[in-house]
Amino acid sequence: MSEARGEILSKIRTTRTSPNAAKNILGTMQARIRDHSANLIPERGQRPADERVAQFMAEATRVNATVTRVAGNPDIPREVARFLTDNNLPSRIKQAPSLAHLDWSETMLTVSQGVGDAADEVCVTSAFGGVAETGTLVTYSAAENPTTLNFLPPVHVVVLKSKDITGAYEDIWVRLREALKNKDQSDNFMPRAVNFITGPSRTGDIQQTLLLGIHGPQRLHIVIVDDKTP
Amino acid sequence: MEQTTETFTANARRAMANETLQVELARLSQGFPQRRQQAADRMPEFEALRDQARDIKNHVLANLDLYLEAYEAKVIAMGGQVHWARNAEEARAHILKICKSVDAKTVTKSKSMIGEEIAINDYLEKNGIAPIETDLGEYIIQLRNEPPSHIIAPAIHVSKAQVEADFRRVHTDLPIDRNLDDPTSLLQEARGQLRDKFLQADVGLTGANMLVAETGSNVLVTNEGNADLTYALPRVHIVIASLEKIVPTLEDATTILRVLARSATGQDMSVYTSFCTGPKRPGDPDGPEQYHVVLLDNGRTELLGSEFEEVLRCIRCSACMNHCPVYKAIGGHAYGWVYPGPIGAVLTPALMGIDGAADLPHASTLCGKCESVCPVRIPLPKLLRSWRTRHFEMQPARSPGHLALAAWAWIARKPALYHKVNGLIIAMLGAFGRKKGRLKWLPLAAGWTSKRDFPAPMGDTFIQQYHHGARGDASGQWLRRQQP
Ligand code: SF4
Repeated sequence: MSEARGEILSKIRTTRTSPNAAKNILGTMQARIRDHSANLIPERGQRPADERVAQFMAEATRVNATVTRVAGNPDIPREVARFLTDNNLPSRIKQAPSLAHLDWSETMLTVSQGVGDAADEVCVTSAFGGVAETGTLVTYSAAENPTTLNFLPPVHVVVLKSKDITGAYEDIWVRLREALKNKDQSDNFMPRAVNFITGPSRTGDIQQTLLLGIHGPQRLHIVIVDDKTP
Repeated sequence: MEQTTETFTANARRAMANETLQVELARLSQGFPQRRQQAADRMPEFEALRDQARDIKNHVLANLDLYLEAYEAKVIAMGGQVHWARNAEEARAHILKICKSVDAKTVTKSKSMIGEEIAINDYLEKNGIAPIETDLGEYIIQLRNEPPSHIIAPAIHVSKAQVEADFRRVHTDLPIDRNLDDPTSLLQEARGQLRDKFLQADVGLTGANMLVAETGSNVLVTNEGNADLTYALPRVHIVIASLEKIVPTLEDATTILRVLARSATGQDMSVYTSFCTGPKRPGDPDGPEQYHVVLLDNGRTELLGSEFEEVLRCIRCSACMNHCPVYKAIGGHAYGWVYPGPIGAVLTPALMGIDGAADLPHASTLCGKCESVCPVRIPLPKLLRSWRTRHFEMQPARSPGHLALAAWAWIARKPALYHKVNGLIIAMLGAFGRKKGRLKWLPLAAGWTSKRDFPAPMGDTFIQQYHHGARGDASGQWLRRQQP
């Protein structure tokens, strides 16, 4: 290993009050990482399950997202088409492979699938979860979930199952570890990118005025589905 | 970034005369504190969360070597590489080497204070690689060839009219007669200009708000989404971060996120919070092929275990400057280096040496507002005082400051002499100014009297009055002897 590494680490070690304690400390540190206990979770992240969807919708709306709730998977294409027509938006969409099961035949939309590119105008993706605390969507990168779809297009529509709306961010970590740890039986579960998205892109860099849609999407539309099937 | 801390007084004077800047600063010092307060009010547990954020950072600082090793091991396990840098020069060399290895022509950059600290842009340019700032504020100041003047709103000093003029000057491929009156049209133009740059870049360079030891991830917080396009599109993602950015677990990162945006912009959560871990996985349809982290010390290990250690808890939220009466009056550039405001006044002398930055710790009223809003409870006023003391002690024993204080101490230790001298001074000042009640000029105090009059003493010293029998009445009012 590099000279710089050795020097930096040994410099830090000299500030330790009791070098003999290093072994104990190492144990404590490893336990802390292994246990990854939650710290204080505020009340707003711990509301009862039946309040969470409403809380999520209120918080997401507060940060300039739009939200609708539909009964089941068959309603999703219809809702996406309605949203696009009502807002005078293009009818060419790109969907994430995770939504390949949707049947768009009833709509007039032109649908393609793949990673995001410069020509995309509207992308439709699915979320791993939602956090009621702040109306935050959570997605992660995977074969069926290209990261670029979340950031390149000016209009982003996200499908979120109501049962995946949790109270606090901590619940997301618990679910994520469970969902991915089992795959390789190691603790190297973290996907390449985990993205928390709270409303559409914004900036205050011109005259401290709030403007939406600088680099990421200008519009974020969330479709909450009550369907219980996976 | 070039350091101009030595000319602090002149910088400050210039800033106070800059009308555009003053308008923007007035706007800032209204908006940010108000929004922070509203966010805190919406979170009853805010104070308790601040305590926890402080404790997490303290725990890491106390065990930094172990956490760095754990973090490094995890980055490697996830397919990334870690490069250690003792100073700015080593960090720049690492970054250049990685860029050269993929024959990079352009590097997109998402705002990084460490990037400013090591002046990476100039260095890349000198080596034939074009760095492109993608945060809108950073993009604007890059066009203007200026340093940032605020840590989260780098172009706070630039007016809308100036942005428009800069865009017209630089975006010459667009029609001359286009309408840019509306801020939205400026936004659209910047979006369009930067879009191609994102797609063409060979390397994406980001900072890190945190590094998570548990997972080997770096955390990026933005409102624009520029960091995400910076790491997701190019072939190589380089993270440049300083050592103290480590947190143990995802849960700890979460706690800090709960206080970060609320303290910074008054949002409950910034729009995009991203956890990046290693390069593209098998099956991933997008993402970088290489993932590098450059870990920078640059003087931080010297602060560990020193009286300034607490400053390493800083999460760069900007609350301290947003609430600072001095920052509000002079803005960020006057502070002369990367970090302005109270945090800069403590950190700059620590990282760059007190010699050239001695004015900074003195540019404070010690009103305590910064400490009261700092999410990780850094005792900034105490640290500012420590710098003042240190700087005083470093001055040669025959400096004017030392001599004056020594003379005062000598007299003060002799009560009889002290009262005589005091009485004499009061009598003299009274003789000069009693008629008008004020003095227009005082020897050795022109700094005061050039701006405002000094009130003339109207009677004797306290002790003289006491001896003459003046006493407080029952209501606590001081009964002064009639003036002759
Ligand atoms: S010192 Fe505290 S208030 Fe200032 S930027 Fe750092 S964390 Fe924020």
